[in-house]
Amino acid sequence: MRLPMHSLGRHHLAWGLIAAGAVALVAYAEGHLSGYERTVLGFAGIYAMLAISLSFSNGLTGLFSLGHPAFMMVGGYVAAILTFPANRKGFMLPGLPDWLATVQWPLFPATLAGGLAAALVAAVVGFPVLRLRGHYLAVATLGLIVILRTVVNNANDVTRGALGLNGIPRHTDLWWILAWLAVALLVCWRLKHSSVGRSLLAIRENEMAAACMGVPRARAKLAAFALGAFFAGVGGALWAHLLTNLTPGSFGITLAFMLVVMVVVGGSGSLVGAALAAVAVTLLGEALRPLEQAAGAYGLVQILIALLLIATLLLRPQGFFGSAEPSFLRPRPRAGAADPGAPGPHSRAEEREMSP
Amino acid sequence: MTTGYLLQQLINGLVMGSVYALVAVGFSMIYGIVRLINFAHGDVLMVCAFSAFAVLLVFGLPLWAAVLAVLTVGAILAMLIDLVAFRPQRAAPQVNGFITSLGVAILMQNLAVLLLSGQPRPFNLPTWLRTNLDVLGARMTVLEVVTVGLTLAVLAGLLFFVRRTRLGIAMRATAENPTAARLMGVRVNRAISTAFALGGALAGLAGLLWAGRAGQIDPLMGFVPGLKAFVAAVIGGVGSLAGAVLGGYLLGFAEVFFVGLLPPGYGSFRDAFVFGLLILILLVLPNGLLGRPAEERA
Amino acid sequence: MLRLEGLEVWRGPSAVLHGIDLEVGAGEIVALLGANGAGKSTTLLTVSGLLRPRSGRATLSLDGRTLDLARLPADRIVAAGVAHCPEGRQIFGGLSVEENLRIGAFLRRDGGVSEDLEAMGRLFPILRERRRGLAGQLSGGEQMMLAIARALMSRPRLLLLDEPSLGLAPQMVETIFDVIEDIRARGTTVLLVEQNAAMALEIADRGYVLENGRVTLSGPAAELAGDARLREAYLGLAPAEAAP
Repeated sequence: MRLPMHSLGRHHLAWGLIAAGAVALVAYAEGHLSGYERTVLGFAGIYAMLAISLSFSNGLTGLFSLGHPAFMMVGGYVAAILTFPANRKGFMLPGLPDWLATVQWPLFPATLAGGLAAALVAAVVGFPVLRLRGHYLAVATLGLIVILRTVVNNANDVTRGALGLNGIPRHTDLWWILAWLAVALLVCWRLKHSSVGRSLLAIRENEMAAACMGVPRARAKLAAFALGAFFAGVGGALWAHLLTNLTPGSFGITLAFMLVVMVVVGGSGSLVGAALAAVAVTLLGEALRPLEQAAGAYGLVQILIALLLIATLLLRPQGFFGSAEPSFLRPRPRAGAADPGAPGPHSRAEEREMSP
Repeated sequence: MTTGYLLQQLINGLVMGSVYALVAVGFSMIYGIVRLINFAHGDVLMVCAFSAFAVLLVFGLPLWAAVLAVLTVGAILAMLIDLVAFRPQRAAPQVNGFITSLGVAILMQNLAVLLLSGQPRPFNLPTWLRTNLDVLGARMTVLEVVTVGLTLAVLAGLLFFVRRTRLGIAMRATAENPTAARLMGVRVNRAISTAFALGGALAGLAGLLWAGRAGQIDPLMGFVPGLKAFVAAVIGGVGSLAGAVLGGYLLGFAEVFFVGLLPPGYGSFRDAFVFGLLILILLVLPNGLLGRPAEERA
Repeated sequence: MLRLEGLEVWRGPSAVLHGIDLEVGAGEIVALLGANGAGKSTTLLTVSGLLRPRSGRATLSLDGRTLDLARLPADRIVAAGVAHCPEGRQIFGGLSVEENLRIGAFLRRDGGVSEDLEAMGRLFPILRERRRGLAGQLSGGEQMMLAIARALMSRPRLLLLDEPSLGLAPQMVETIFDVIEDIRARGTTVLLVEQNAAMALEIADRGYVLENGRVTLSGPAAELAGDARLREAYLGLAPAEAAP
């Protein structure tokens, strides 16, 4: 889908402003905010990226995967093992093959490797698992978390098992997060509004009809799943290098739940919605944490988030944006062009059917 | 591997299978009638275990009071969950209900952590339940015997209810075709509530037995049995009560033998095994052992 | 017994019935005819309480009492003596034949259920033969008989039948219609929705024709059967069948 290059649409301006604003924010944060504040912002950014990728893979295809944390684990561990200081790696992780024990990669290639490893796992696992539908798929992907966690837990020589990895170099800064967030948004956005994206949306609406029209369902679903997993792996890698430690329990069902909430509240299928919801929920959670600690009311934040989810599903099940994107970010549709994100053909009733 | 060891393992499988069967049947009953995976089912078990704790160890009441408590609390809590979380989602797509139940589960777990603290508390049933008996050369505690016996009795009662009573047939009819059931004069919401109540009561009973066996309770204890109930129900064919029972026992035996066959230290692989089994079953037999192909899963 | 006045019913975003007037007197067989989508099933669903009208009235008069069907919950309507045998039969395939019949008598509190089971067995011998078998394994015609028998188990005063002849072989259709006449002879009023106008008008006393949610023709069955406009309303009813 090519945009007429000679005219600068409203949406170009909007994107430009947003990009400039983000850069300014990161510059300011890196210069002026405390370590804690930068970490919080960092997590908001990582969550946003995760939510975008989940929204893309779940929302557009109607797949309901809870497996993101599992892929984060893959990405996180792979990247951490690659960047771990070589002088300690040998004796901390005795099971590693020599070539791994002696390398020490910088963040970018390690992150890339983490993402690719996650995508690979997703492709392999996806083959059988994606045949399931609806809540069966959800529970099966939940099972992935359990299975992977058990594997990591027991591969002591390679992962230090339950003790986890400490002292991972803190390579992640807000610039890296912003960069990857931008990449995720760009890739998912282009795909969503392309013919591929439209075919994915078609699958969501009616699998049988899509099959009749020759849309390669299985491949499309697998690709979407793997792409989501790639960004989850990247997210895991960034996470590991922000927090500087990793254990098998780092990525569990609570995380899966948080991501589901972000996608549902933001509007499944809406990338911007998911990102905004992710940032909002993360910042809100952090803001309330001191309250939680002061009152000794552990679990309060989770309770509120759970209530938010239930309320959203009750009162506005399509989420904030449904499967559309904010209109000022989209080019004005040319006459006759179908816009998959437009609120037009997807009535409230249909949106209801499609979410999440 | 001696016969004694084998027998012991069989008995372990029988005992665990009984508990799984109780939870799975309740889960399957709910699924059959509303086509929803109730993620919060395991948490009903947890709340009931805490209720039993309160009755037995805080108020010092006798065992039968604890049994009564878990049945009542389980039934009421489950009906409440239906009313608040699922009934409003009746018309929505299946996945919405699942996510809502996930939200309810997280809510319940965190409420429990908030109000009761996350620390495990020791839970000890009256000593007489822990005495050992010699059964056919193997060793069983009274609790284990009671577990198996009670489960079989309850399941028999349930079977009778579901096949012979008016309300039971109404529930099955509603599970099949709620609209046609309405035309017969069945109050569908009531039938659904009854299913939830029964399922919750069964989960409550399972909670008492599970806590007694584990010797402790904590707010997150419901997650594992809940998930295993799902696995058992799927193995047997979701929506089929006989299937849930079958699946529960099969899972119990499979787990015990899997752990028994592995070298020690790999016990933690058990949960991964359970899930691996689930995924395998879903792929090979999408309708489980006794499920019917008419099952709509989209 | 049954009176619909100015009944307007919407399904989802569109109006299906645009204000219809219809009456069924005690002991009658009234036929409700029309092409697909005319609103016939919607009418029956409104009478049995599964749909609610947007405007208009639907009343049931029995034993001196008048009931507002638009306000009563479905189970109370069944309790009042209305049985609906829905489109597509909708028997409970996973339950046995006998269980299907028993569920038909769900609301009955008297002891006569077993007796009625016997009676149904005599009326439909095939059902007695297969009473322990799964209802889902019956043939189309047998399922139709089961659906009717199930409806009769509640000892209804008014029986709503939605397209009993659908998908059945002509021989079976004859049998079914004989049964319907027999039902009326035993004192049950029947509102019969049918696409097979000819057969319906043969046994009915009066008839109504629905077109796009409106009553376009009504009158004694014999008159309707010979009416040329009936043919038009149906588009495809062969001329020979419409002749008296």
